[in-house]
Amino acid sequence: MPDANKMAAPAQNPDSDVMISLRDLRVSYGTREILHGINLDVRRAETLVILGGSGSGKSTLLRTLVGLERPSSGEIWLRGKNLATISDKDLDEIRRKLGMSFQSGALFGSMTVGENVGLPLREHTKLEDSTIEIMTRLKLEQVGLGGFEDYYPSELSGGMKKRAAVARALSMDPEILFFDEPSAGLDPIIAAGIDQLILELKQAFHMTIIVVTHELASAFLIADQMVYIDKGVIIAQGTPAEMKANPLPRVRQFFDRVAEPEVEQEMDYLQMLTAEHRRPVRR
Amino acid sequence: MELTAQIGRGVLDGLAYVGALTRLSLQAAYYAFIGPFRGRPLRVERAFSQAMEVGVRALPVLSVITFFIGLILALQGAYELRKFGAIHFVADAVAISMTRELGPLITAIVVIGRSGSAFAAEIGTMKVNEEIDALETMAISPVQFLVTPKFLAMILMLPCLTIWANFMGILGGSLFGVAQADFSFLGYINATVDALFLRDIITGLIKSVMFGMTITAVGCSEGLNTGVGAESVGKSTTAAVVISIFLVVVVDLVFTSLFFFAGKG
Repeated sequence: MPDANKMAAPAQNPDSDVMISLRDLRVSYGTREILHGINLDVRRAETLVILGGSGSGKSTLLRTLVGLERPSSGEIWLRGKNLATISDKDLDEIRRKLGMSFQSGALFGSMTVGENVGLPLREHTKLEDSTIEIMTRLKLEQVGLGGFEDYYPSELSGGMKKRAAVARALSMDPEILFFDEPSAGLDPIIAAGIDQLILELKQAFHMTIIVVTHELASAFLIADQMVYIDKGVIIAQGTPAEMKANPLPRVRQFFDRVAEPEVEQEMDYLQMLTAEHRRPVRR
Repeated sequence: MELTAQIGRGVLDGLAYVGALTRLSLQAAYYAFIGPFRGRPLRVERAFSQAMEVGVRALPVLSVITFFIGLILALQGAYELRKFGAIHFVADAVAISMTRELGPLITAIVVIGRSGSAFAAEIGTMKVNEEIDALETMAISPVQFLVTPKFLAMILMLPCLTIWANFMGILGGSLFGVAQADFSFLGYINATVDALFLRDIITGLIKSVMFGMTITAVGCSEGLNTGVGAESVGKSTTAAVVISIFLVVVVDLVFTSLFFFAGKG
């Protein structure tokens, strides 16, 4: 039973369907706190969309979930381990079950698409090269890039790079798939293709998927659950229908694309900086 | 008070930086020499291609430079030796200065310019493109994947390049020896061989290995610490070159002093 040790962990949600559980998660860069106490549960086979404006902390949250940032306090429960206190070795063990598709694709420019997708298999398994080649081809076909094994990333279009990055994220058959801004920088038609791909992955593999985006159309299409982060705090959470009906002014402003009043914006910005960046008084 | 505090902070930062470089080198050495016995396979083909890039492709420019340096050494040496009627010692002067000091140092400086900067630029660009993050999320250590092949290539190729540099320098010196100091070519080579002790060559090679570690650690560490954007890649590359040259000279001083006092005792 995969959840046996997870149930034994302290502060766990008794709901065994919970894949990721965040408790009062705080993350700081230097003296500046970016996330101020996030509480969140992500269920198995659920697609969670994390929404928020630029600088809201949503990308930091995603980076923390895959272990690229260590929290300053709080707990992240994933596969029965607390990522906040985990050893590097255990973290690597967990990461093999996670797939991450980066905003820029982050494909290795010196390797072909096929080598990129096969890299995790080559590093972490003892499979024969011929087996890895077949698996690589399958993953590329899953994302609609069959036959592009020998191309270099620089020879692919933006949308194809994103697809290749998804294929690489899928190569170790992850339980949880993370997307950072999947449709950023793509035209609406290509972006819709990526949304379609996410929906197909969800239906075919029942994967837990976490997507960070500020593209509303895409978010409402793919999400089962949504959270809205503002200034490092979750201010709204719910299904797409619930979120559409959310009356909070900040959320409405985001959904209705209302600009921030100019003067207030600058004051807000300065206030935010001084409030979060209080240094000890110098001699 | 303020000035002393600044100096103190500067020294502490410097020590922390050297500590970080040492740690990076030790990690790379672990993945190169111990890791393969603990189920972490070595990326031999990558190390080989790095060795080609660091070593073989540096040969033309290094050959020309060290040939000229040998010739310059002979000219400068002869200027002084001539006064004492000892111009035939020019072979000794060139041989000893090349093998003990200038061979390793000039090689290191050429390699810093070609490869130290390239390491920082390559890894820095990968950092900016989130490729380093991608490696980490795939549970692949960037040190094992990127730094270790470069580390191996450097510590193997720098001594080889240094031997070649010594040879080309002596060849450069022999041009002067034959043209101006009444040596036959074979006579010049014989005088060189007589002047050299194995110790001269070995100390130079030990230094070159240390230089290789320094250049790799600085280049890779600057690359890994690159900030955001294309501009920071440029900054990392410049920093890698400047800091490498500085640290190579420091390492040179430390080891030359060590050899000097150890040789005395």
